[in-house]
Amino acid sequence: MTVLVLVEHDGGAVDELSLQALTFARSLGEPEVMLVGGADAVERLDVATAHVAEDERLALYAPGAWASALGEVIDRVAPAAVVAAGTNRGNEVLAHLAARRDLPLAANCTAVVAENSAGGAGAEGGGLLTVTRVRWGGSLLEEARVHSQLPLLSVAPHALPAAVGEGAPAVERFAPAVDDADLLVRVAEHVDEVTAGISLAEAKVVVSGGRGVGSADGFGILEELAALLDAAVGCSRVVTSAGWRPHTDQVGQTGTKVSPDLYIACGISGATQHIAGCKGAKKILAINSDAEAPILANADYAVIGDLTAIVPAITAELRKARSP
Amino acid sequence: MRILVCVKRVPLTGGKMVLTADEQALETRHLGFTISPHEECGVEEAVRLVEHHGGEITVLTLGPPEAEEQIRETLAIGADRGILLADGGEEWDPQATAAAIVTTIETEQAAGGEFDLIVFGNESADSGNYQVGIRVAHALSRPVVTGLKGLSVEDGRARCEQEVAGGRDVYVVPLPAVVTVLEGINLPRYPSVPAKLRARQKPVERISPERPSARLEKLRLVVPPGQGKQAEILGQGPDAAPAVVEVMRELGVA
Ligand SMILES: Cc1cc2nc3c(=O)[nH]c(=O)nc-3n(C[C@H](O)[C@H](O)[C@H](O)COP(=O)(O)OP(=O)(O)OC[C@H]3O[C@@H](n4cnc5c(N)ncnc54)[C@H](O)[C@@H]3O)c2cc1C
Ligand SMILES: Nc1ncnc2c1ncn2[C@@H]1O[C@H](COP(=O)(O)O)[C@@H](O)[C@H]1O
Repeated sequence: MTVLVLVEHDGGAVDELSLQALTFARSLGEPEVMLVGGADAVERLDVATAHVAEDERLALYAPGAWASALGEVIDRVAPAAVVAAGTNRGNEVLAHLAARRDLPLAANCTAVVAENSAGGAGAEGGGLLTVTRVRWGGSLLEEARVHSQLPLLSVAPHALPAAVGEGAPAVERFAPAVDDADLLVRVAEHVDEVTAGISLAEAKVVVSGGRGVGSADGFGILEELAALLDAAVGCSRVVTSAGWRPHTDQVGQTGTKVSPDLYIACGISGATQHIAGCKGAKKILAINSDAEAPILANADYAVIGDLTAIVPAITAELRKARSP
Repeated sequence: MRILVCVKRVPLTGGKMVLTADEQALETRHLGFTISPHEECGVEEAVRLVEHHGGEITVLTLGPPEAEEQIRETLAIGADRGILLADGGEEWDPQATAAAIVTTIETEQAAGGEFDLIVFGNESADSGNYQVGIRVAHALSRPVVTGLKGLSVEDGRARCEQEVAGGRDVYVVPLPAVVTVLEGINLPRYPSVPAKLRARQKPVERISPERPSARLEKLRLVVPPGQGKQAEILGQGPDAAPAVVEVMRELGVA
């Protein structure tokens, strides 16, 4: 059976998360892909056919128009399922399609199986799929049954390896029938913003502070340690809600997801919504005055005690170790 | 402006996810509840727009009777009235949720005029379906812009900003429109005590819609593996600093 995958790309290269979506799709059937523009990006795609929507009006992202183009390919190919990466755009385009065709959409799936029980004849015969999907930003999983002839599924980022391989897909270019209503919501302008310092999402080390830091000024000692380690400074939601740090520093379910080599959690209790943002770290060091804090059940190392004494001591030790 | 904000009551899960015996829900007996942060910011955004342009804010939730608590929180920061759709003690799938919201909006609009703006969170905190706002927008034939980190309204148009790699994408759409917002679009205010008292007097209407069968049918919840490791204690207080630096060296980050 054919599974249609929406593939995102940028600067001639296919998006890593779309390659992960391709791996997911392959667990279900033979993938064909659709791209909006980007015929030059297809050689990393090990699939038979790439449908490429070409229209200058789509140079700027327009979710409704993308959904229309995807709908055209669906009508042509008659896939058994449609898959996209669980990115902002992937989820958005599938939701538009779901709304237009009144179909269920399972967002951020990590696994899928076709049911072959008496209840469902298997996806081949238009039966049912069972998916595992992410809830609470990854702190909880759900097994769910999708009741649909055409299941729409997005794939949770980093749940699966990227599909690797070379391919020479047949490129089928088409001019999608895009109408004005599809273009009503379209990027009108892109404003460049240069962010100073090390980006939280990409930092190798993150020094993060929670309520235990005590105040905006209290972050001074974290900044100092971070500067020595070329680290980014992060924080918990309590800190942003109190106005001690901007929301761009927040780590967690409703903040940034980080994946450094070392995450240092200072005065952070370890609520599930915070862990959702830092569990991608290779190692977590917790500095907390409470030896029973939940963060200890998610950390690799811990120092128990007052962070206002411990953090400067680590900074001093690092300086000492580095001086000749 | 007439604004509608849709919010969902969710548990404050704390440090560990614990399920009920039937694996259908989180064990919430010992937990507090709140509104998802995205939606909290949605309410704040609506309050700011009405402070600027005048108007009225209605807050809508589909949930248990106790969700009145969350509606009252929004009334305390400036919303005017609430509507509570009773979920009958069961979770509704996103299609059913959107349909119930659409029916309520249509009734409201027939009685009191169009909503200029309907505000959602980008995704619900607990189920994260990423779709209810978009479904509602389609059913009402309105434009929808998602994931906003900035919003302003002028001359019947909404200027909507998203944070993307390298900067911001801007969309401009005519009202009436639907938007979904993200935490960080603003810093929500805390309600004052007099405002909390006033909120008790504001009207909350109750409706009991019929729950259709789920097309995204929850079978069971699963706590992912990996929770519950135990940290190696490097020491107590500042004396642990050398051990910490040693670990940093081993990890190659010092
Ligand atoms: C839907 C939803 C989404 C959320 N999203 C996020 C999110 O993205 N990010 C996020 O962080 N939170 C998020 N939260 C909030 C989360 O539930 C917690 O409330 C928050 O993470 C707690 O922050 P904290 O650990 O700084 O504070 P607390 O829980 O108050 O913990 C403070 C810790 O500091 C320790 N401490 C105090 N003083 C000292 C000292 N002097 N030295 C050392 N340790 C000390 C204490 O022992 C305690 O463990 C979300 C909540 C919900 C409901
Ligand atoms: N039960 C509900 N009651 C009111 N609003 C809801 C409900 N469920 C979802 N929403 C709204 O729809 C948004 C997206 O939800 P979802 O599609 O589940 O991720 C949420 O942020 C809310 O604004």
